[in-house]
Amino acid sequence: MENTLRDRSSDKMSFQAPDRRLILAHIGFAFIAFLIGAIAGLVQALERTGYITLPSNIGYYQLLTAHGVSMALIFTTFFIIGYLYSGLAKTLGGKLLPSANLVAWIGFYMMVIGTLLGLAMIITNDASVLYTFYAPMKASPIFYIGLALVVIGSWLSGVAIFMNYYKWRKQHPGETSPLFAFMSVATMVLWLICTVGVAIEVVFQLIPWSLGWTDKVNVELSRTLFWYFGHPLVYFWLLPAYIYWYVNIPKIIGGKIFSNSLPRLTFLLFILYSIPVGFHHQLMEPGVSSFWKFLQVVLTMIVVIPSLMTAFAIIATFELAGRSKGATGLFGWFKKLPWKDVRFVATFLGMLIFIPAGAGGVVNASFQMNQVVHNTLFITGHFHITIAAAVILTFFAISYWLVPALRNRQLTPFANQLGLIQSWLWTIGILIMSTSMHIVGVLGEPRRTSFTTYNHHPIADVWSPYRLFTGVGSILLFISSVLFLITIVYLWFFAPKAESAVDYPIGEVDAEQPKPPAILERWSVWIGITVALVLIAYTIPVIHMIQHAPSSPPIRSW
Amino acid sequence: MFKNIHLPRYERIWLTIGAISLVVFLVILGVLAVGLGLQPPGQMKTVPPEQVRTNAPFNKPNLVQVGPNEYKATMVAQMFSYLPDQLEVPAGSTIHFEITSPDVVHGLYVPNTNVNIMVVPGHVAEFTYTFKHPGDYLMLCHEYCGSGHQMMMGKLKVV
Ligand code: HEM
Ligand SMILES: [Cu+2]
Ligand SMILES: [Cu+2]
Repeated sequence: MENTLRDRSSDKMSFQAPDRRLILAHIGFAFIAFLIGAIAGLVQALERTGYITLPSNIGYYQLLTAHGVSMALIFTTFFIIGYLYSGLAKTLGGKLLPSANLVAWIGFYMMVIGTLLGLAMIITNDASVLYTFYAPMKASPIFYIGLALVVIGSWLSGVAIFMNYYKWRKQHPGETSPLFAFMSVATMVLWLICTVGVAIEVVFQLIPWSLGWTDKVNVELSRTLFWYFGHPLVYFWLLPAYIYWYVNIPKIIGGKIFSNSLPRLTFLLFILYSIPVGFHHQLMEPGVSSFWKFLQVVLTMIVVIPSLMTAFAIIATFELAGRSKGATGLFGWFKKLPWKDVRFVATFLGMLIFIPAGAGGVVNASFQMNQVVHNTLFITGHFHITIAAAVILTFFAISYWLVPALRNRQLTPFANQLGLIQSWLWTIGILIMSTSMHIVGVLGEPRRTSFTTYNHHPIADVWSPYRLFTGVGSILLFISSVLFLITIVYLWFFAPKAESAVDYPIGEVDAEQPKPPAILERWSVWIGITVALVLIAYTIPVIHMIQHAPSSPPIRSW
Repeated sequence: MFKNIHLPRYERIWLTIGAISLVVFLVILGVLAVGLGLQPPGQMKTVPPEQVRTNAPFNKPNLVQVGPNEYKATMVAQMFSYLPDQLEVPAGSTIHFEITSPDVVHGLYVPNTNVNIMVVPGHVAEFTYTFKHPGDYLMLCHEYCGSGHQMMMGKLKVV
């Protein structure tokens, strides 16, 4: 078979024992969160479509909170951090700094404790506020304390990443940093700047208020702080997937990274374009003049530019790889891609789904359409084909080689085969579930709503045929989730040991490429601009809000 | 398509586009920031949540005719119902909605129309829509507001 797994990437890697433990702890915890999220996902999908009734001691919104928190916040954060550590170890000289590892472990335990506190409150039904926890609905203070621990713990992970990068820069003056390390730093810079918003909301507003130290909370301010975080959060999920596409995939398909500057610029643009615009989520509320709406559209559309740059880079990499293997003709390179290698195929399926997902994003951004689909199932359908398809399929692809690499085992053809089946199953399930969610959303079915027929209202009757597809899609997704976890358990504990060092696919930059301009790596400049923009965009409106917006007492409405 | 030799040129083009987009973005954001300073979004009318039930106009939520084919719906969205929860207007009528909440965040959504409003306590949301076609419309809450969220509804009849 031409597409064997081992002959493609000659990159070898022997992880140090302490690094191995650190990274495995993060991704192992991520997989547990994934399991919880998948169970909640299946049960809630079948409940809201009317196929099952929940026992009286489990609430729909309790499950939905568990699903949103464990999938969107916990699974993603732990997995991303683990993946970034692994790539840093690989590209910054084979191991992580011991001093940084200490910081990393403290961060890990803070996040674990925070997660457990949060989950405990969800289980006791004291935090059925969904993963966006909009005030003045009030969860138990322990839930907010848990969230704060997760956020602050993740800051320590960021610090650990910066420490490794900083040390390398000092030891290699004048050199361009490895692309993986640069991108990891960019991802964590984005994360640190955007999570400041939610940290302020939780620590200074929600915790004192939920403890009864203050009797009212400024709802408008809390929403502003939340959206300052919520908008760039999506890019925090996306950037690690882009790292894999830009840096690891070229190696897996036998090509080279075709540019050393373009990917860096792309990441910087994502930081700048995503952070100072979160405010616009509230500008969309009625009573805003069309001038602001116009600006909002323009600003949102500008994010298309780094996205197009990414698409260009990926197609160029595919083509280069194909041509270097003797492909001819306009699309000859397409056939040369490793169609039987799960490390590639899972990702490729995600990339394909990203194309319609981008179109859906444009719909969300345009005002006329947003007026129709806001808070309908269209939105839920949209982020299941973005985060739960393009990003998650990439995370599957990473897991399939990273777990055996860290456990010093082989990704066997058997596991590869299971992985291929699992990825296709996930793709089909997501397409079925999300397509029906998109359609039924346009027909008016609201998101975040347990099963209801609105007293058999004729408008709601129109939704029922699509509920069948949502149900079927969710079952396929659940089967795929279980298959994924079974394969991971196999790779973790049972796959044959690797004889020597293991594969860690990291692409090399095309030798003809010029050195990137030094400005791209001057972080003080980029962070400075971002902070300045945030201050300019937020200071006056926030002061106004503090002075004028009415406050609300806490309410438990479930 | 992209031949090897051309790549540096393509890269240059992309880097230029990236840089230009950055400048455009910064200019727009600057304009926006200055504009925001002059006119913050907190412009919208406010009403303290604890006064919704006692003070005019929301202490008497109702639908009143304000002109030929024109109505004003003064509404309260509360856990887990609308006041009033039955509206009826002739086809071709324009309704000016004005709605607020005394408790948590709610929504007011009328499928098959553009009526899609967020109701944040402390704020009065306003929206105007003309119902051209007769029919039985459904008003529903599309922001999670608690255990009765899925039951929160009203009827809007256009005759
Ligand atoms: C087993 C696979 C999955 C199934 C069956 C599933 C199903 C669902 C369903 C039915 C909803 C809609 C609930 C509602 O709005 O009433 C939902 C919401 C959501 N899902 Fe999934 N999902 C799955 C995987 C994922 C993954 C992998 C992620 C992200 C990493 C994800 C993130 C979310 C988020 C963020 C929401 C919104 C929660 C909210 O509105 O509060 N899901 N999911
Ligand atoms: Cu409601
Ligand atoms: Cu509601």
